[in-house]
Amino acid sequence: MNNLLFLLQKEFKQIFRDPAILRLIFLMPIIQLILIPLAADYEIKQIDISVVDHDHSSYSRRLTNKLVASGYFQLAEYNNSYQKSMETVGEGDTDIILTIPQNFEKDLIKESAAKVHIAADAVNGVRAGLGTAYAGQIIAEFNREVREEWVQFPRMNPLPLIEITSANWYNPHFSYYLFMVPGILAILVTMVGAFLTALNIVAEKEVGTIEQLNVTPIKKYQFILGKLIPFWVLGLVSITLGMLVAWVIFGIIPVGSYFTVYVFSAVYLLGVLGIGLLVSTFAETQQQATLFAFFFMMVFILLGGLYTPVESMPEWAQWLTKVNPPTYFIKVIRAVYIKGSNFSDLLPEFYAMIAFAFGFNFLAVRNYRKRSA
Amino acid sequence: MAEVKVRNISKTYEKGTVQALKNIEFEVASGELFGLIGPDGAGKTTLFRLLTTLLVPDEGSATVAGFDIVTDLWDIRKIVGYMPGRFSLYQDLSVEENLNFFATVFNTTVAENYHLIKDIYVQLEPFKHRLAGKLSGGMKQKLALCCALVHEPKVLFLDEPTTGVDPVSRKEFWDMLDLLKKKGITIVVSTPYMDEASRCDRIALIQKGEILEIDTLPAILEKHERPLFAIRAKDRYRLIQEVRAYEETVSCYAFGEENHVVLKNDLEGETEFKAYLKDKGFEGLSFSRIAPNIEDVFIKLMLEQETHA
Repeated sequence: MNNLLFLLQKEFKQIFRDPAILRLIFLMPIIQLILIPLAADYEIKQIDISVVDHDHSSYSRRLTNKLVASGYFQLAEYNNSYQKSMETVGEGDTDIILTIPQNFEKDLIKESAAKVHIAADAVNGVRAGLGTAYAGQIIAEFNREVREEWVQFPRMNPLPLIEITSANWYNPHFSYYLFMVPGILAILVTMVGAFLTALNIVAEKEVGTIEQLNVTPIKKYQFILGKLIPFWVLGLVSITLGMLVAWVIFGIIPVGSYFTVYVFSAVYLLGVLGIGLLVSTFAETQQQATLFAFFFMMVFILLGGLYTPVESMPEWAQWLTKVNPPTYFIKVIRAVYIKGSNFSDLLPEFYAMIAFAFGFNFLAVRNYRKRSA
Repeated sequence: MAEVKVRNISKTYEKGTVQALKNIEFEVASGELFGLIGPDGAGKTTLFRLLTTLLVPDEGSATVAGFDIVTDLWDIRKIVGYMPGRFSLYQDLSVEENLNFFATVFNTTVAENYHLIKDIYVQLEPFKHRLAGKLSGGMKQKLALCCALVHEPKVLFLDEPTTGVDPVSRKEFWDMLDLLKKKGITIVVSTPYMDEASRCDRIALIQKGEILEIDTLPAILEKHERPLFAIRAKDRYRLIQEVRAYEETVSCYAFGEENHVVLKNDLEGETEFKAYLKDKGFEGLSFSRIAPNIEDVFIKLMLEQETHA
């Protein structure tokens, strides 16, 4: 048992002496939390629209004004040539072209029906889809207004109308930060837990110190615990820092309790430390470990539901997310932060994390040998 | 009493395709300074890794201080000191911290065994707060030796401790080993430098995983005593070719400035050989008889091993 204390002492000394690790632990949460939510914003605003107006009537102008006044659209061009607008699409200045045909106003009044045409630049599918949807809504709204104006006595001849009011539970203002920040906290813990551990152990292999340690009475479990405990502590430090940044910069604090966050972090960290340990048993050099880490990180993030909801993945991918530890942690952190879930709400995730902790550490310990061959 | 006993050990790598050690057998007496001498790739490091319980042999058995290297590994790890060929201490810990760390993992303190390392440590003391990674090569070796000694091991395994160290430090290092030997520690040391053989009590010449010869240096030299001619001339390349073409020649190889030649009939052919070379008309030809040194013996044994195989 004493040996473990000496190992821990040594490990912490080395960590506090390594400027790279300290920078990583202190700067990574801050930079990631500030940069990623600001850059990776899904809210689509400022869609550039070109209006090709062949009508030049008061209605066509009213429709144009209404689109621009909605706040979603920005008028890139207003002309009467579809060809010309297409050119601006090619140059990337226009996302959506709205074509108002000749006699738009006349048809609307006389025939009670008129057509408009929307064309979208679908290189960015999300932008195109949302843009046409927004435009469709605004045109429908415009349509309703026009109809109300033309019905002479609305009170005596009421129009059947469904008015929709919606409430956004948990995130009333649709704040994108509230969604992203907790997710990034989860990724942070994963990186510190899994990859700093892997790199650290592989460094001992590379320098050869592990060989020297192996010829001492230090037991396998002591060596492993001596590596896992410091990084477990560092992981908790990094999530604490991350939560601090989330509060200071974004004003985001969990609706649920900090206690729940820490309990889950503590258990989840055991699992990711196991991943780190496992990677270190495969990799011989720090370069290899870094490449492993890079690969795992991509999979973790893409399958973790950080950017795209797990529910919208194909079924086979959804199965993969079930064996992807960050999926659970991202879900838990979001639930505690946004919904205020408590411990008992998240029991299934808790069990999954316990299983990961046991599973990965078991594999790693089985793979790790104090003697080769 | 034999402190290290190796019986018939074989070890292969890469699923048996690479033979690292073949039927190695030797004993090291208690308090002996035993040298394993052989070129790179001879299997010296593999042998050390086996004896320090880092590897398991394919065949055979070995004991260190009476403990079996396979079954009693935890006992062995307590009583051996190992200094791997590559510097493998913590570069980001200071001299003092490294020493303390290795003392504590053996449940002892530096103070307790200071008498063992004192002679070496006094040279390191001025730098005790320096990080190990920032030490010079010779200093690193001394620190590594201190760390291997700090728990008062019974047997010390030193894998090429003098490789890459300057000649003065090399000599100092061997002087230190002599001191340790006087304190009763059994030392097994490997080296690729033949000239260091004279510093060992007994040596084993090892090549391609096989031990070619084990004995004291004088005994080995005596056993393989055979006349040797050191020849030199201006056109060295032609000289080697002509000597090798001579029918009585057993072997001829470059040795420093000279070529060492062994003849079939030893002494009797000397005059004929001289005449043969004179006929060839070499410029600046010099010819002398010498006693073989350890390198000549090693080359002879190596050539014999090749012809057997």
